[in-house]
Amino acid sequence: MSHYETIVRELLYQLADDNFIHSYRGSEWLGLAPHIEEDVAFSSISQDTMGHASIYYQLLEKLLEVPVDEISHNRKPEEFRNAILLEEVNGPGDYLNSPKYDWAFTVVRHLFFNIFKDIRLQSLNQSSYEPLVHAARKIQTEQYYHLMHWKTWFYQLMSSTEEARSRMEQAIYRVWRDFGGVLTLGKYGGEMSDLKLIAPEAQLKEEWLNQIQQLFSEVDFTIKDDPGMEKGNGRNGEHTSDLVDALNVLSEVYISDEEAVGW
Amino acid sequence: MEVIHYRELTDEEKYEHFMERIENDEKIEAGDWMPDEYRKALIKLISSHGASEIMGALPEKEWVPKAPTIDRKLSIMAKVQDEMGHGQLLLRVAEDLLKPMGKNREDLLQDLFSKKLKFHNVFHMPSPTWADAAIIAWLVDGAAILTQTMLLKTSYGPYGRALKRICQEESFHAKHGESLVLALASGTEKQKQMLQESLNRWWEPLLMFFGPKSTKDIGHSSVDINMKYKIRFKTNEELRQEFLTKYVEKIQLLGLTIPDETICFDEEKQEWIYQQPDWKKFKQVVSGNGPRSDARISLRRDSYDESEWVREALSDYKNKNQSLVG
Repeated sequence: MSHYETIVRELLYQLADDNFIHSYRGSEWLGLAPHIEEDVAFSSISQDTMGHASIYYQLLEKLLEVPVDEISHNRKPEEFRNAILLEEVNGPGDYLNSPKYDWAFTVVRHLFFNIFKDIRLQSLNQSSYEPLVHAARKIQTEQYYHLMHWKTWFYQLMSSTEEARSRMEQAIYRVWRDFGGVLTLGKYGGEMSDLKLIAPEAQLKEEWLNQIQQLFSEVDFTIKDDPGMEKGNGRNGEHTSDLVDALNVLSEVYISDEEAVGW
Repeated sequence: MEVIHYRELTDEEKYEHFMERIENDEKIEAGDWMPDEYRKALIKLISSHGASEIMGALPEKEWVPKAPTIDRKLSIMAKVQDEMGHGQLLLRVAEDLLKPMGKNREDLLQDLFSKKLKFHNVFHMPSPTWADAAIIAWLVDGAAILTQTMLLKTSYGPYGRALKRICQEESFHAKHGESLVLALASGTEKQKQMLQESLNRWWEPLLMFFGPKSTKDIGHSSVDINMKYKIRFKTNEELRQEFLTKYVEKIQLLGLTIPDETICFDEEKQEWIYQQPDWKKFKQVVSGNGPRSDARISLRRDSYDESEWVREALSDYKNKNQSLVG
């Protein structure tokens, strides 16, 4: 594999794994959303997001000559390149037993990630790796609606009851502490931008901060510090036990029968 | 010609007029006059259909993250999303019927949590393996298609229109289920065994799905009222017979064994002979005392309570913005 391909692979893992884990966390909400209309909308978004993961995993399949499902369902946690923030649980309890999920955290995490995802897609639109350009264009058409959805939630919850405002502010601080892990491109970030696969990390981050400041000003909120990366850099293979648990669930059936050739 | 206003008619005359419309196969709409018995029968049927769609998402939800491949994950996500959508469509239809009685969706959900609003027996059952997701999608959805297709011509217009969309999506679900079942049936011994065990678990609940043959079995039934008003057109037994005709052979062709040694087609009577399910158990299950009833209902109720602050916030936001406009 050429050096160029090695760096492409690293970037593809970030893109695919971010969407895969993010979709999984969304799908855990199924049947538990605040109202039925949201259940329908949210499950559609999670499904789209799994579709985006699938598009990136297919690009990896071609590059690595390893089947999509092996890549997505049979890798060790330390081989995953998603941001740690995205693997974090939705709240205490699991999706089958007494989940006490945090809707404010979900809204903030989804919105902040989707703003970044949008910026990242725009940059991938000019990537030197042609298949990524096509993938990005395909994904962007759905992205518009996802962003609109989460923005609506954000504005409404930030401008309603005191309780909602306070829960949302707590959620913003929580997401902020680790959002740096989403914004980073990891140890190969410099090479990714040198090879024109994606814009430089600093540029993506600046654009994200601009959009977030704009969003905050509309709801009369400010935050001084830069987003942190307290739990580590998932782009470099650092992860928490939340990812280990998530992968056990996601792969439970796939790895349950080693002789199975199809599912 | 003398014009008589509809509101000047006596209740008997209104009822007579209503029944004429039913006889003429006219569609009744939400705002039309209807006898209480008709409204109540519709509310019972449609709200429990809606609740079944919503609660029906839960046994499969258990398998959404665990679906073995990316493609299976995508298709089961799409399917469960559809079920939620059906639940929403049906609750909207039920809400319109409830409005004149001063009730709304909140009442429906509270009735669901207190077990007053019943949902299908199959969704009270456990789904312990991936094969259950396959059997549910293939056979439970297959059974639901038969019931819902029969209801397509229902006399209540809004229900019929909702069902039209639901039926289109259900046939996609049955295909998804068929594909899951085929993969397991043609797979390893372990996969085949998992599928057979799942069929064994689901056979009795599937027969129960259509309801008892006669009112003697559980003591009461709304089938007669629903037939009188042309809300439905076939009896429970007719639907169960259709199900057996459609699926027994298909199940056997997959190499699976139906867990009923007595099952056979009586050529003379032109009907299926089968082991009767335990109708006492059925009654117990639909009353909310099935193996997974409490767990699933509390999953719904707890998450609903957990997000009360969100609904309060939304209504506060709506009020603030209305007052801005006003």
